[in-house]
Amino acid sequence: MTTDDTQNVIDQPEVMKPRMVTIEIAGKKVDVPEGITVVKAMWYAGIDVVRGIGCLGGFCGACATYYRTKDDPKVRTCLACQTAVQDGMCFTMMPPFPARKAIYEIQKLQDPKQDLFNFYPEAPLCRNCNACTEACPQRIDVREGVWKAVFGDFKSVSEMFMDCVMCGMCTPVCIADIAPNLVALYVSRAQGAHFAEKPIGLDTRIKEIQEGRYNDEWHNVLKMNDKELAEHCATVK
Amino acid sequence: MDIHALQQIVHKTRDARRKQTIPKFSPADRDQLIHKYHPDFRASAYRPIRFGPNEGEKTVVELATLLEGDSPIHDDLDLTPHHQTDVLIIGGGGAGCAAALHAHGAGAKTILATKLRLGDSNSVMAQGGMQVSVAPEDSPVTHFLDTLKGGHMENDHALLKVMVEEGPSIAKWLLELGVLFDRQADGNLHVKKGGGSSKPRLVTCSDYTGLEIMRVLKDEVLNQKIQLLEFAAAIELLSDDSGACTGAIFKDLDNQRHVVVAAKSVILATGGIGRLHIQGFPTSNHYGATGDGLCLSYRMGAKLAHIDTFQYHPSGAVYPEQLIGALVTEGIRSEGGQLVNAKGDRFVNELDTRDVVSSSIIRECEEGRGIRTMSGRVGVWLDTPILDAEHGAGTVEKHFPAMVLQFERFGIDISKDPVLIYPTLHYQNGGVKIDTNSETNVKNLFVAGEASGGLHGRNRLMGNSLLDLMVYGKRSGLTAAGRAGSMKQGKLTLKHLERFRAEAKQHGNVSGVISPMILPAYTRKVG
Repeated sequence: MTTDDTQNVIDQPEVMKPRMVTIEIAGKKVDVPEGITVVKAMWYAGIDVVRGIGCLGGFCGACATYYRTKDDPKVRTCLACQTAVQDGMCFTMMPPFPARKAIYEIQKLQDPKQDLFNFYPEAPLCRNCNACTEACPQRIDVREGVWKAVFGDFKSVSEMFMDCVMCGMCTPVCIADIAPNLVALYVSRAQGAHFAEKPIGLDTRIKEIQEGRYNDEWHNVLKMNDKELAEHCATVK
Repeated sequence: MDIHALQQIVHKTRDARRKQTIPKFSPADRDQLIHKYHPDFRASAYRPIRFGPNEGEKTVVELATLLEGDSPIHDDLDLTPHHQTDVLIIGGGGAGCAAALHAHGAGAKTILATKLRLGDSNSVMAQGGMQVSVAPEDSPVTHFLDTLKGGHMENDHALLKVMVEEGPSIAKWLLELGVLFDRQADGNLHVKKGGGSSKPRLVTCSDYTGLEIMRVLKDEVLNQKIQLLEFAAAIELLSDDSGACTGAIFKDLDNQRHVVVAAKSVILATGGIGRLHIQGFPTSNHYGATGDGLCLSYRMGAKLAHIDTFQYHPSGAVYPEQLIGALVTEGIRSEGGQLVNAKGDRFVNELDTRDVVSSSIIRECEEGRGIRTMSGRVGVWLDTPILDAEHGAGTVEKHFPAMVLQFERFGIDISKDPVLIYPTLHYQNGGVKIDTNSETNVKNLFVAGEASGGLHGRNRLMGNSLLDLMVYGKRSGLTAAGRAGSMKQGKLTLKHLERFRAEAKQHGNVSGVISPMILPAYTRKVG
């Protein structure tokens, strides 16, 4: 950095010297800088985290966490790597929930929509309480998804659950013992494997490669010396 | 001045910038820019490796230190195996899962061991897509040439040819498993254009490509009942008298005990090294990306390739503080997102290769045209609202739901306000040198995915990593499985370690560290 960019400095000294807040981690009170993530707050408090950490980017669902904020009795759910701490917050990480995953051979299914009821017989028992939707940190309308799955609208479910990070926080709150994320995963895979159109262009390309359509071109390219190859690469537009 | 006031320059200059075309740099200007600003060219960050297969070659100090590090294993460890298998896969990301599914599918007894949970990896975070030459105007040869150009002509031709040719059949395999790639109206795969590519070639699943692929692969590994060892960190490999790999020793992270696995072949799919934070860079990598596979295979005598070159993804978030290092997908630039400095000017063609774009951003910041955040970090703007302006309201939300959600959690609407970015340590271009079956120069030791080296040359093109790990995950799995039936389990010894320690001693045991690192040391020492 040169010194003439000082006009760009955002003048907020409290961020350079962060304000400390008091939070409670699994029942223990600690002071941490305001605004750091739940995971970083644990590191700051000296807690080693092995279980409950994955991608640190909001994609893997490893850091499912329950938390409460000051003066609000509602227990909420979040991804610890994506949530900032605030004064008076208390939280504890969620261990993996013992949900039952069905075992299936996706390509061998004869009637995937009917098979849903064999693999997940509890799925039609949804009592519409909406707790799963409230628990979802990805803001998926989980309840709606379960209903759509049961009614065979696999395409909508696969679109709705594209954001699902499989954190499993929808599962322990379900009063009908459904594991909505696992239901949705089955439905999405069935949609892809059985109901999505076959891309003709892809099959054509595979056939072209197998039949040696590019062999002459490969032969020409691979016999070039470094200089010729660099020149050839430069011609690709 | 607060960040919202600083953003005004982006809004004010948008209309003028929309009409602008920024030409790509000439080859000479490119070279000059990269040599001056790319972190790979900071001589002070590098040192020669003192001994081992790559003796005398330079790499970043952080990695050199780990490669020369000592094993945590004592010579007298009881090597009676706790598990016996045909194929042992170390690493539970994309390459590991693909290897496991193919090895298992080919009839080999397979164990997949991983340091964290199955699936915890960089693969799950891949947003931009997977390069596959499916478009009618495209071809595997064009894919080859684009990649070669992006890799500074140093890519291993044989590895690259295999990857581009097997791309379409890998895409078909994934579709058959139920991966939901984006489609065109006619049912064909929708392809996007990525930086450095001449043709649209990125197949995507919204901006959750890695997540979608990994959800399916993980589910399939579970469906196939492949034996898993989770929270098991590989800390040493095993070798027989001839130096061939015969298994591995793990540390069970729950109870700290050693677990010995005897295997006819070992596939390392341990990923990259972002969490070493080389040169102090933030990283987009997952928690376990500490380069363990490189240390393990180096001690076995495996040769590394291109380990002096790393990829700094141009757009890592700089603000808010919670997202530092997190990726802002290249897809945003592919669709027309512009890079803008503190003066409101564009300074690079946003679709140039990653090394060029990263170098340009570093240049802007070092020359005082960056924007400094409240925590003292510096970056430039990525004009995300321009996408809605160009392609219609709702474009950002529709095409980049993951990004929208990630920023929204911190009160930032990326369809209305630009985001602040700076290069983030993203990928290890090199790694353990492999052949087209993914095998290293150590017999029965395979490496697949980011831990392997040679394929990407000195710079990886966007979308080639997902393809790399699927193709070489598959090839390693099939080769290892194919060999299992006709071979006997080798003797479990630590002979390679004796040799390595003797060599280290000759060089004065200079490193003084134990490797692999396993997990980064972020926990504050309290009290």
